[in-house]
Amino acid sequence: MPNGSLTKQPNLDQWLSIGADGRVLVRTGKVDIGQRISTALLLIAADELDVDPARIDIATVETGVAPDEGITSGSNSMEESGDAVRRATATARKHLLSLAAKQLDADENALEVIDGLIRARATNRSVSYWELAGGKPFAIPVDQSIKGKDPATFRHVGKPATARGMADLVTGNATYVHDMTMPGMLHARVIRPPHYHAKLKNLDDSKAAGLAIVRDGSFVAVAGVDEYAVVKAAERIAAAATWEMGKGLPDGDLFTSITANERISLPVIKGIPVKEPVPPLAQPPKDAAVTHAARYERPYNMHGTIGPSAAMAIFEHSKLTIWSHSQGIYILREAISEALDMPVDDIKIVHTIGAGCYGHNGADDVALDAALVARHHPGTPILLKWTRADEHGWEPYTTAMVMELQASVDKDGKVLAWSHESYGDTHNMRPRSTGNKSGAARLLATRYLSSPVPPPVAAPSMGHHVGIHRNQEPLYNFANQRLVKNLVRGLPLRTSAMRTLGAYANVFALESFIDELAEAAGLDAIEFRIRNLTDERAVTVVKAAAEALYKTPMPDGRGRGFGFARYKNQKTYCAVGIELSVTEAAEVKLHRCVIAADAGEIVDPDGTAAQMEGGVLQAASWTLYEEVKYDRDGVTSRDWDSYPILRFDNVPEIETILMARPGKPFLGAGEASSGPAAAAIANAIKDATGLRLRTLPFTPANIRKAAMDA
Amino acid sequence: MTISLRINGTDRQIDADPSTPLIYILRNHLGLTGVKLGCGLEQCGACTVIADGATALSCVKTLGEFAGKDITTIEGLATHPVGAAVQKAFVAENAAQCGYCTPGMVSEATALLLRNANPTRAQTIEAMNTHLCRCGSHTRVLKAIERVAGGKVDA
Repeated sequence: MPNGSLTKQPNLDQWLSIGADGRVLVRTGKVDIGQRISTALLLIAADELDVDPARIDIATVETGVAPDEGITSGSNSMEESGDAVRRATATARKHLLSLAAKQLDADENALEVIDGLIRARATNRSVSYWELAGGKPFAIPVDQSIKGKDPATFRHVGKPATARGMADLVTGNATYVHDMTMPGMLHARVIRPPHYHAKLKNLDDSKAAGLAIVRDGSFVAVAGVDEYAVVKAAERIAAAATWEMGKGLPDGDLFTSITANERISLPVIKGIPVKEPVPPLAQPPKDAAVTHAARYERPYNMHGTIGPSAAMAIFEHSKLTIWSHSQGIYILREAISEALDMPVDDIKIVHTIGAGCYGHNGADDVALDAALVARHHPGTPILLKWTRADEHGWEPYTTAMVMELQASVDKDGKVLAWSHESYGDTHNMRPRSTGNKSGAARLLATRYLSSPVPPPVAAPSMGHHVGIHRNQEPLYNFANQRLVKNLVRGLPLRTSAMRTLGAYANVFALESFIDELAEAAGLDAIEFRIRNLTDERAVTVVKAAAEALYKTPMPDGRGRGFGFARYKNQKTYCAVGIELSVTEAAEVKLHRCVIAADAGEIVDPDGTAAQMEGGVLQAASWTLYEEVKYDRDGVTSRDWDSYPILRFDNVPEIETILMARPGKPFLGAGEASSGPAAAAIANAIKDATGLRLRTLPFTPANIRKAAMDA
Repeated sequence: MTISLRINGTDRQIDADPSTPLIYILRNHLGLTGVKLGCGLEQCGACTVIADGATALSCVKTLGEFAGKDITTIEGLATHPVGAAVQKAFVAENAAQCGYCTPGMVSEATALLLRNANPTRAQTIEAMNTHLCRCGSHTRVLKAIERVAGGKVDA
């Protein structure tokens, strides 16, 4: 199958350069956000080229130079960039061997490569990559049909590796956007309105105490040389500013609104929405032994990066350069060109590392904020950082969702009918333009400018397993499936893409419901899953996790639970088992976690394991603690006290089992464990306490409420 | 006003407003950008430094409050065998993803092991509990600390 990244960027020189100095430069469009994609790419390149990984650099991802591979998202990086780099480096090796064969007067098959040195076995003559191609363009296309090496010969792929750059992270030598410094640089902060709909009435410029204020409509920023002076000035200006508050945020009951508000409803057939009427929920079939229905709720959650978003920008000679930790520098460039009415070619965006983002957080918005200030100070570098309160209060959250499930099972445990409706706001507001300033509209600041761009209205995502309907389609072999996505209007908070999109909530609901159904039908929940799975790789993963979970006797007072999904029904298979207890104070304590995953061919096993573990721990945090709170006057979750997350004192022991699948296609792994973790926790709480929790998060208050209602 | 303090083994005279939180001095005056600002509210631990042997948060407490103290930041930790061992152990366990919380964690872990060479798991958790990590590297951080526990500075 052709690789889309290579179809778009077909030339080998777009992916790879050999230096005369013995270095290899690999280009990718995917950015390293702590998921270790750069480590995986260099391991692939090292094996295909037969060079030491230490010789390989991964190029800075910047517009105009890097291949355009869209957004670093959706667990797509290995399938797109990993595969592209493999084909590119395999093409390069073949080309270099053919050049060497001529030069050494040897047969290509009689050559061997040791760390970039090509040697003819018969004559012992040799020539290096650097001599053959150093500093010269390849000027050939990447061979889309080339086969990579036999996995049995890999020296780096699939072996333990230290992540590239790890030493810099632990010694403080890594330079994040936040750490950049340039001569003449000004620090800047934005003064945000109290909530989305407030408009600036009056600003007291004297509060800036001589620092530069940038005001454009209701967009206000302050800039100065000394960072802390800027911080204090921003606080004084904010305290003195007056705002037209308007009608405020809708503050009716959230979960009532989600299923009562105006909405676009679409049936989903095999994971793809269709523009047809939604079929009514049918009466249970006559031979149904059990019909069961349940409703699950997930509140708004935030990405919650540990480092508030930041960007550096300089506007000079009508050109703009931005250093950004955005996950999609090409789409961001287009959106910023729309927002500033600048030609795209006059804007350069250079990816620079930020704190973990887990989706579309404040990174893109802050890039425009910095650019707006930079445009007022031509020639002056502007380093603009959001505050903790900015990030908590203004990032695009993941939407609250409601899932309504109903199923009928016959006396043999066969599912005769299955219905799953999902409701929520959009998961798809990354700053991608479809013309008419639609990209600009998705950047926060544009709606506050004196010539505002109105906030965007989301269209339903119509792709396979996208947004609200991601992982709504069961992987199980259930008859008569009725799947419906509902894109709900009029909800209070700004939303966009966060790790897994709708999959976390859908898998939480689906895999909780499987347990409920199994119990109602008097069946073992694991056996019920296996019986309804036809995909052998899925069954293998379920069995491996179940075996690991149940291999030890369980201490008294604990419960065990299980969850499984294949991300998007086409990526990594992942099963999670959890052992936990619930205290007298209704606090959930996590003790053990087992993860079994089949991610296809694994390049960096420790990196893959880290993604699975991190996914579980982040999902455990969403599941047990997290809910964005707000009232009519704005978001009230503005710091880590008002939006608590998981800490060390509730981290379980984790055992991760990765299936070995050498030679199989890569299956993206970064989002696979989140949904199964949530369901496993819910099912374990049921096992421990008898309480079936259907409203996230599982805080003591929600657990007590469930106990009262039970 | 000039404030005297010792930073990473060097005596410094800092000419700055003493009411400035220390982190801005470290990052902007001294270029010690390994110290990270996460919240500015003493809630997340990213800005942790070691002052006179104990960990301190640097995002609210002022330069004036640190006057006369002996401060070690992430950049200075490697000069101490325990600090170097903790850093090495974090690398061995790949105990970071994005790494933004990591300097604070490494500093906390080093201070813990300096005052208690062999902490129990419970003591380690207690020490680390003020540090937030969003990527979910917690179990790896605990394993890294346990590599060094018991005086195993060559871990």
